[in-house]
Amino acid sequence: MRGAVYQAVALLGVIAVGWFLVSNTLDNLSNRGIVTGFGFLERPASFAIGEVLAEYSPADTFARALYIGLLNTLFVSALGIVLATLLGATIGIARLSPNWPVRVIAGGYVEMVRNVPLLLQLFLWYALITQGLPGPREAIRLLPGVFLSNRGLVVPWFGPDGFTAPHLAGFNFQGGAAISPELAALLFGLSVYTAAFIAEVVRGGILAVPKGQTEAALSLGLSRRQALRFVILPQALRIIVPPLSSQYLNLLKNSSLAVAIGYPDLVSVANTAINITGQAIEGFAIVMAVFVAISLALSALMNWYNRRIAVTR
Amino acid sequence: MKRLISAAVAAILVFAAQSAHAGATFDAVKARGQVNCGVNTGLAGFSAPDERGVWRGIDVDVCRAVAAAMFGDATKVRYVPLTAQQRFTALQSGEIDVLSRNTTWTSQRDIELGLNFTGVTYYDGQGFLVAKKLNVKSAKELNGATVCVLAGTTTELNLADWFRANNLQFRPVVIEKNEELAQTFFANRCDAITSDASQLAAIRASSAPNPDDFMILPEIISKEPLGPAVRHGDDQWFDLVKWSLFAMIQAEEKGITSKNIDSFKDSPDPEIKRILGITPGQGKALGVDDRWAANIIRQVGNYGESFERNVGKDSKLKLERGLNALWTNGGLMYAMPIR
Repeated sequence: MRGAVYQAVALLGVIAVGWFLVSNTLDNLSNRGIVTGFGFLERPASFAIGEVLAEYSPADTFARALYIGLLNTLFVSALGIVLATLLGATIGIARLSPNWPVRVIAGGYVEMVRNVPLLLQLFLWYALITQGLPGPREAIRLLPGVFLSNRGLVVPWFGPDGFTAPHLAGFNFQGGAAISPELAALLFGLSVYTAAFIAEVVRGGILAVPKGQTEAALSLGLSRRQALRFVILPQALRIIVPPLSSQYLNLLKNSSLAVAIGYPDLVSVANTAINITGQAIEGFAIVMAVFVAISLALSALMNWYNRRIAVTR
Repeated sequence: MKRLISAAVAAILVFAAQSAHAGATFDAVKARGQVNCGVNTGLAGFSAPDERGVWRGIDVDVCRAVAAAMFGDATKVRYVPLTAQQRFTALQSGEIDVLSRNTTWTSQRDIELGLNFTGVTYYDGQGFLVAKKLNVKSAKELNGATVCVLAGTTTELNLADWFRANNLQFRPVVIEKNEELAQTFFANRCDAITSDASQLAAIRASSAPNPDDFMILPEIISKEPLGPAVRHGDDQWFDLVKWSLFAMIQAEEKGITSKNIDSFKDSPDPEIKRILGITPGQGKALGVDDRWAANIIRQVGNYGESFERNVGKDSKLKLERGLNALWTNGGLMYAMPIR
């Protein structure tokens, strides 16, 4: 009974603080003559976005612009999660390799990468790409129709005019598909950084499987590779999945550093929208709500997977 | 994420701020003993720390002028470097008292953001900087170009508007900070960089590997009147900032400089007597010392001195006065009469 009272008091306290913050903010905003509300979402955005995965022009609304930014965030996060998982699992297993150069290199990778702030790493990758590679007119021809320059990697691909090979026209390559330096640097930076943490999660998961399991597998005549594949990893996976989910969420949230190197993710587009409209609180509220929604969805998915692979008793 | 959080925290300061009463900012500044002035994180000629860490620039001089008027001491300023995105929230939330950060005066900002612009320190316009080796002579030849642009500025809008109006294609690369933007452009990631023409001159002078390899295209695609702003709610403070700038311009018109100010103390001109506080009354009405304008001129200089020292012929930007000449010399600089 006493517990229920405490909980009710705590809940009331939270509601009161929330109410105070909201009403005080609205008071202050109106005192200062700052326009509030979400009406701006229907107005034309009037700014251009460099990379779009769906139709967009500056005549479209702010809502549409934010949606384009969201697609970019989801795109880079999804690719990043796949790449980081593959790279992280490989490094994690390599850290336990009986071969010492492999073990030392993998250990060095983890210690180097996870101890340097991600923002610095992104600047480094971006500078390496934009300053290390030649301009589009001096692009490196890797394969017929595949060019690498500081404008990105262009490959033949399906476009509005059918399947086209990129060709130099005017300032840049036209036709085909391009991976921009901003996307490449962000994707690479996020994957490399998160992979270091995933490697530790994987290593921890494998080490948590009792040594007897390995010994039993080996004594049954399985090779080291087979023991890992059929005995150790399936058990380690159950330990790995929950902390792995956290790493995926981190990657998603870290993708908001895109604004520093010019990739138009949700935060970058929202920043521009906030500046044009001045609706900072509404803009941040939208971004936060979206990140919370994606994170909860990702958590739900990982929890479902975790239950599916769990040992049923 | 960290940027998002810092911006969100700035927004939350709006929550926490007390509701304003008349004269709140003026009184708070007076009690604090210094002016919190929002400036650029680093833009040569406008606001940037020099090699000894002292803030210098035409925008910085506005901060110093306000401090000189308020306290009789131009050094009583705390500089708060702000990105384009942070600036309005910082002003709205009370983190700074005056925003003097090459900010364009637009109707939307003046009306919807709860701000008051106090005047114009520099009449600017948006242009394009390109490498000479591209052989581009006009912005109209930029069809299909990649253009570097700073995040969170009116520049982004003008750029899209102008390319649409001229039926040209372009691809923006939007970067948050001036330094990284310039670095990215000079690495040839973009074919052109767009900004206010004065900023392009600053970027070319301070960041280009060889400034002579780059040129500003002739088209000026927008009006960018840059000026200081204060938040709504304190007209006394608004007046002080407004008249600090006017005093600098008026001093130039009257030929009063930081060097020759003492030679005017016996001047028969009634307006000069009012500016120098020899005829009393004006300062008291503003809530400051009667010698407020004299202190500005003595410690900061007149508008022309500030211009030439920071962006004009005595600086490495070497900008012409152009629109920023006095109205008597064919420019737009015109102070309301001090009387």
